[in-house]
Amino acid sequence: MRHVLSALVQNQPGVLAHISGMLASRGFNIDSLAVGETEKPDLSRMTFVVHGDDAELEQVRKQLDKIVTVVKVQDISSEDFVERDMMLLKVRCASAQRTEIVLLVEMFRGRVVDISAESLMIEISGREQKIEAFIELMRPYGIQELARTGRIALVRGQPGQGDVL
Amino acid sequence: MGDPATTPLSGATILVQCLLEHGVEVVFAYPGGASMPLHQALTHVSDRLRTILPRHEQGGGFAAEGYARSTGRVGVCIATSGPGATNFVTCLADAKMDSTPLVAITGQVGTPVIGSDAFQETPIVEICRAVTKHHYLVMRTEDIPRVLKEAFHIAGTGRPGPVLVDVPKDVQNREIVVHDWGPPMNLPGYRPDRRADRADLKKVHDAIRQSRKPIIYAGGGIITAGAAAQLKMFAERTGIPVALTLHGLGGFPSDHFLCLQMLGMHGTIYANYAINDADLLLALGVRFDDRVTGKVSEFAKHGKIVHIDIDPSEINKNKVAHIPIVSDVRHALDDLLRLLDEEPRSAESPTLRHADWIRQIEHWRETEPLRFADRDDAVLPQYAIQRLWQILKDRNRLDETIVTTGVGQHQMWAAQYFHFNRPRHWITSGGLGSMGFGLPAAMGAQAAHPNRTVIDIDGDGSFLMNVQELACCFTEKLPVKVFLLNNQHLGMVVQWEDRFHGGNRAHTYLGAGLDEEPYPDFVAMAKSFRCGARRISEKADLEGAIEDMLDSKGPYVLDVLVPYQEHVLPMIPGGMTVRDIIKA
Repeated sequence: MRHVLSALVQNQPGVLAHISGMLASRGFNIDSLAVGETEKPDLSRMTFVVHGDDAELEQVRKQLDKIVTVVKVQDISSEDFVERDMMLLKVRCASAQRTEIVLLVEMFRGRVVDISAESLMIEISGREQKIEAFIELMRPYGIQELARTGRIALVRGQPGQGDVL
Repeated sequence: MGDPATTPLSGATILVQCLLEHGVEVVFAYPGGASMPLHQALTHVSDRLRTILPRHEQGGGFAAEGYARSTGRVGVCIATSGPGATNFVTCLADAKMDSTPLVAITGQVGTPVIGSDAFQETPIVEICRAVTKHHYLVMRTEDIPRVLKEAFHIAGTGRPGPVLVDVPKDVQNREIVVHDWGPPMNLPGYRPDRRADRADLKKVHDAIRQSRKPIIYAGGGIITAGAAAQLKMFAERTGIPVALTLHGLGGFPSDHFLCLQMLGMHGTIYANYAINDADLLLALGVRFDDRVTGKVSEFAKHGKIVHIDIDPSEINKNKVAHIPIVSDVRHALDDLLRLLDEEPRSAESPTLRHADWIRQIEHWRETEPLRFADRDDAVLPQYAIQRLWQILKDRNRLDETIVTTGVGQHQMWAAQYFHFNRPRHWITSGGLGSMGFGLPAAMGAQAAHPNRTVIDIDGDGSFLMNVQELACCFTEKLPVKVFLLNNQHLGMVVQWEDRFHGGNRAHTYLGAGLDEEPYPDFVAMAKSFRCGARRISEKADLEGAIEDMLDSKGPYVLDVLVPYQEHVLPMIPGGMTVRDIIKA
C-alpha cells in the first residue's frame, strides 16, 4: 500500500543525510523524497512516498520520529490531502511539431519554458499519474532529458479554516 | 582567572566548565593534536574533575560505559580527531545497542581545513550517525554551552544512549565571553518523557486478572528506569514469576522465589518453558532481541503480549503486542500498583490465584535445573564462577561487588552462575557483543566506586583485546580484579564449530601449539604492568587463589586454566524454538 509521509525537521546540516542513512540501513524503500524550506526558516518539510504494509509503515514512522532533529511526522495518506510532483522535460521537437506538442502541453495545463530550433522544455506539475501519462505521450517524440522534484504534499484546510481549493 | 562573565575564555575552557556544570567527576581521555586544548583546560580543574588516561581510545569509551552503567549517570570520554575518533566507533555502537548514557567528545581538525583530507581528519559525525542517539559538529565556540547541555540531556533521558560532540581545534582555541551558561535548548522534536494512560494500564490490569499462566519478561529498562523496587512489589502483589534478559539481571533478586533467572538462548530451561506456556507475557523494558526470542514467530505464541517500553519504535518492531504501551516502565509499574491497590482485597494470596501454574514451573525448575557435569581433574569454568560467587557470599561482599565481562562463553557462564540481587552490579556488552569490553568497563566502574570490589570475569580472547588497560589500572590505582578463564580458544565459536560445523577448527585456537605452555604468558604480562598475578590449573588451588586475588590491594590477574571442551548449556540454537533446546 502507498503512503505519503510528511515530516517537519530542523533545518540543520546533516539532517537529510541522517534520515536517508537511517532509511537505507533499516532497509526501508522510499519511492520519492522531497525536501524544502517551510514558512519557518528553522524548519524544513520532507515528503516521503513509501510502499509497504502497515507494520513496515509504522516502523518507518517511528524510526523517523526517533531522530532528534525530526520535529513531527504525519502519515497524511489517511487524510484529505493535495499532492504534487513537478517535472521539467526536454523533448525533441522539429518546428513542424510545435503546435501539436503545445496543444498537448495545454491540455495538461503545463507550460513551455524554453524553446530551441530542435527541442522544447516543458514544465508540468500535478499528481503522479498525470505526470506519468504526460511522459508516455512525449515518448514517441523523443525525450532528451527529464527531471522531477519528487512528491510534495499538504493536508487540505478544514472548512472555515482558510482556503479550500 | 577574572570574572567569568566578562573575561574571554577559550572554547576548551568553556567546554570543561560545562562538564563541571553537568556534574561530571571523571572523564576518560586520550590526548592528541586536535584535542590538546581540551587536555590543557582539564589540567586547570584537576581538583574537581579527574582525568583518567586509558591506553587506547576504545578502552576509554568502554570505561565511560562501565562508569555510566554502574552509576546510572552519563559517562564521558574524550579523544582526538581521526584515528582517535574512529577508535570510539565500537564504543558508541555498543552504548547505542545497550542504551548506555554516554557523551563522547572528539577533537576535529580546524574549521578552515574540514573537508580537505587534512592530517588526522575523519568525518566522524558522518561515520557515527547510525550508531549514536544524536551527534554534533560544533562550528562556533558560542554554541558550546547549548550543545553540551543538549548532549547531556539527550544522553541521559528517555531511552539513554550515546551522544557524539565533535569540536574543531579552532573552536576550542577561540576565546569569547560567555554571557549565558545555561542557554535554552533547541530540541523541538525531542520528547523523552513518556507515561502510560490509565485506560491502557486498566487493560493490563484486566489481562492480569483474566490470566491463569502469566509471566514477566523484564530487561535492562527496569534498571535504567530505576524500577527494580517497583518490579519486586508488582511481582509479589500479583504472584507473577519473573524471567530476566541478560541486561535485566539484578533488576529482580536472583534469590527470590519468583525469579526464573535468565531466559533466551542460554537461559534456564524452566524460564523458557514458562515463556512458551504462558497465556500472558508482560514484557517490561525489553526489545524482543533475537537472542531472547529465537524464532520470533514461535516466541510466546500462546500468550497475550503486553509490551511496555519507553521507546515507541520498539513496540511492534520484532513482535506485535496485543496491549502496546509507551511508557517509562517505572511510571507504568507505579500506576499498575495503584490499580492493584484499588481492587478489593481477596482473601487468597496472589500466588494461590494461579497455584497450578506456579506448581508447574516449580516442577520444571526441579527436573531441569541449571547444571553441569563437574570434574575433579580440571577447573571447569562454571565451577570457577560458582566458587567465586560463593566465596564473595561467604565474605558478605556480594552487595558491594560489581562484575563486568568480555564476550563469549565466560560471559554466559557468569550470567548463569554468578547471581545478582541488585541492579547495577552486572555490566556486560549485550547487544553489540564487543569483545574486550570487560577490563576497561571494570576500570570505569572502579573509578566510580573506588572502595568496592570490581571483578572482570573474562576470557583469554576478550582480555587480550584491551589488555593494555592494565597500565591504566596500575597507574590510576584502580584495583580491578581480572578473573581470567583461559581456555586458549575462542570458546563460543568453538562451541558452534562443535555443534554446527563438525568440530572443524577455523582460526579459533589462540595458543602457540598443543605441546607448548599456555600462550601468551598472562602472568608475566600482568607483572610487566606491575599488577599482581597468578596462574592455576588445579581444582585444589582455586579457592586459595580466589582468596589471594580478593585480598590483593592493587589490580590483579588470576589466570585460571580451564578446558576448552565445555559448552554453554542449555542452548536454543539461533532462529530455533524452545522445542529445540540442547540440554547436553
